[in-house]
Amino acid sequence: MVWRILIGVIVVIAVAFGTFYAWAWRGEIPPLQAHDASSFDPSIVARGAQLAAVASCDVCHTKAGGKPYAGGYPVKTPFGTIYGPNVTPDRETGIGTWSAVAFRRAMREGVTRKGQHLYPAFPYDHFTYATDSDINAIYAFIMTREPVRQANRPPDIVFPLNIRLFAAGWKLLFLHRGPYRNEADKDDSWARGAYLTVSLGHCGACHTPRNKFGVEEQNRAFDGGEGEGWRAPPLNENSRAPVPWTADAMFNYLRHGYDTVHGHTAGPMANVAHNLSKASEKDVRAIATYVTSLSGARAGAANPESIKTAVTAASKLTAPAYGGTPAHQTTGSAAGKDSLGAKIFTGACVTCHHSGGGLPVSRPIDLGLSTVINEDDPTNLLHIILTGIHPLPGRAGRIMPGFEGALTDAQVVALADYLRTRFSHRPHWNTVAGALAKIRHQRQTAATEAPQ
Amino acid sequence: MTVLTVNGKEHSINGDPNTPLLYVLRNDLKLNGAKFGCGLGQCGACTVLVDHQPVYSCLLPISVLEGRQITTLEGLGKNGEPSPLQRAFIEEQAAQCGYCIPGMIMRAQGLLNRKAAPSDAEIRAYMQPNLCRCGTHMRILRAIRRAVKDMRTARAEPVR
Repeated sequence: MVWRILIGVIVVIAVAFGTFYAWAWRGEIPPLQAHDASSFDPSIVARGAQLAAVASCDVCHTKAGGKPYAGGYPVKTPFGTIYGPNVTPDRETGIGTWSAVAFRRAMREGVTRKGQHLYPAFPYDHFTYATDSDINAIYAFIMTREPVRQANRPPDIVFPLNIRLFAAGWKLLFLHRGPYRNEADKDDSWARGAYLTVSLGHCGACHTPRNKFGVEEQNRAFDGGEGEGWRAPPLNENSRAPVPWTADAMFNYLRHGYDTVHGHTAGPMANVAHNLSKASEKDVRAIATYVTSLSGARAGAANPESIKTAVTAASKLTAPAYGGTPAHQTTGSAAGKDSLGAKIFTGACVTCHHSGGGLPVSRPIDLGLSTVINEDDPTNLLHIILTGIHPLPGRAGRIMPGFEGALTDAQVVALADYLRTRFSHRPHWNTVAGALAKIRHQRQTAATEAPQ
Repeated sequence: MTVLTVNGKEHSINGDPNTPLLYVLRNDLKLNGAKFGCGLGQCGACTVLVDHQPVYSCLLPISVLEGRQITTLEGLGKNGEPSPLQRAFIEEQAAQCGYCIPGMIMRAQGLLNRKAAPSDAEIRAYMQPNLCRCGTHMRILRAIRRAVKDMRTARAEPVR
């Protein structure tokens, strides 16, 4: 009897696995015999370039100092590190043998030309919603890049997830396949923005929190997540921006990396803005329209008058020039004028971060307008204190120098506490020291890792 | 009163603890290696080392520096006895007007403290924040490469 049950269980498991394996199995798509870069319509290639900019393909498919799209960029996940592969049209190490059919399957299903399952660090859970014509345009762009012979680096993923079939299991459980369907009652720009944000833009990959399986929590869409050790702030009604976003401000931020009320892009978002400066202006406006609408009532209530009031209120918190008296001054707290944080701020920050006056380089926004000082988590503020804010690639000038070697841990914590108390009405952070230790550790590891 | 340790010697400084380190170095301690360029942490002419890492001394109040090791250009070698890095800058004739050079040397020293044999890409990335308006960048890079090489060979000892 026991044996019969055991055999029954084994048979059931075998059948289940067999069914799963049959479901997961993907055949090889025949290689292209040759491809001729001049066969692509230049206008489609140009369109593909703009869409590849929306998708920021180059970020994960180019390593620091490497050739564009030749791969090697380390994408760190809680499950290990995956290296973006070479997607130049090199026949040996890139995707030079991939047909448009194989490329579409990879974008939609996360499967290589040979039928191997890809890990969801490649955001096919977003790209699956992209239209055929948009994917084909990106294909035309990619296949007309310079082929680069650069071997791919295998992923460092923990066992047993390093077995590729696990990626198939993940898809079975969590991957919703396109096409994307718009809500009908919105205008064209909003609809285009919604499509781009959800599909090629894959904004939710960072701005939506993930559960322990690495799946975006759809019931908390755009509620804030993580990217490259930075916090990706909430884009919904939980946004901590002291002044509500407008579509125009969002356009400035996405397109130029700077808005006068919201400040500069930093961290991974600086790369996104750099890419969006090369996308179609209309598409960036569309994304701005949609993303701004995510903050619901806050965005709805924003009008020129309310923005002006909010800006005035926020700038009341702003520091006077060195030697003046702050607008509101408490003593004995983290914001007291004799606190360590206040001293560091006066000595190191006020030179640029005072109200009024001009600077030979770009003017910082009033700190009362700063989102990072108002966020629930101090991580982004700490990143900026340590490493500064730098101009987009190819743009002129320094912006903010980092204080990594200049300030000790205790001094950075005191400064962050001071900024929070002085320039925000939100509650005290209790997590500054822990968040700082984490960032210092990340930066130490990054510095000691041998470049490949 | 603030006590600063500069080039291994302690100095008691009277005055506003918010004073930038650069002013104290130049005005009180007469260490004129570090230069005032922009005063905004944008150019790097004021670079010195704090606990072996390069910092902008124009943006750092002395109040945060008690108990930390400050090294200026004067702390690398002596008059007539340049350090290997200083000598490499001399041998490559890396200075034109020379205003940026103290900062360049200190930043390069910061890199060599961290990594004895940096790659060319690492040198370029690390030196990126410091500006030179004369355009001697190629010589500056050569000088750093020469220092890396010299420090791995017998030439590491100071010349007289």
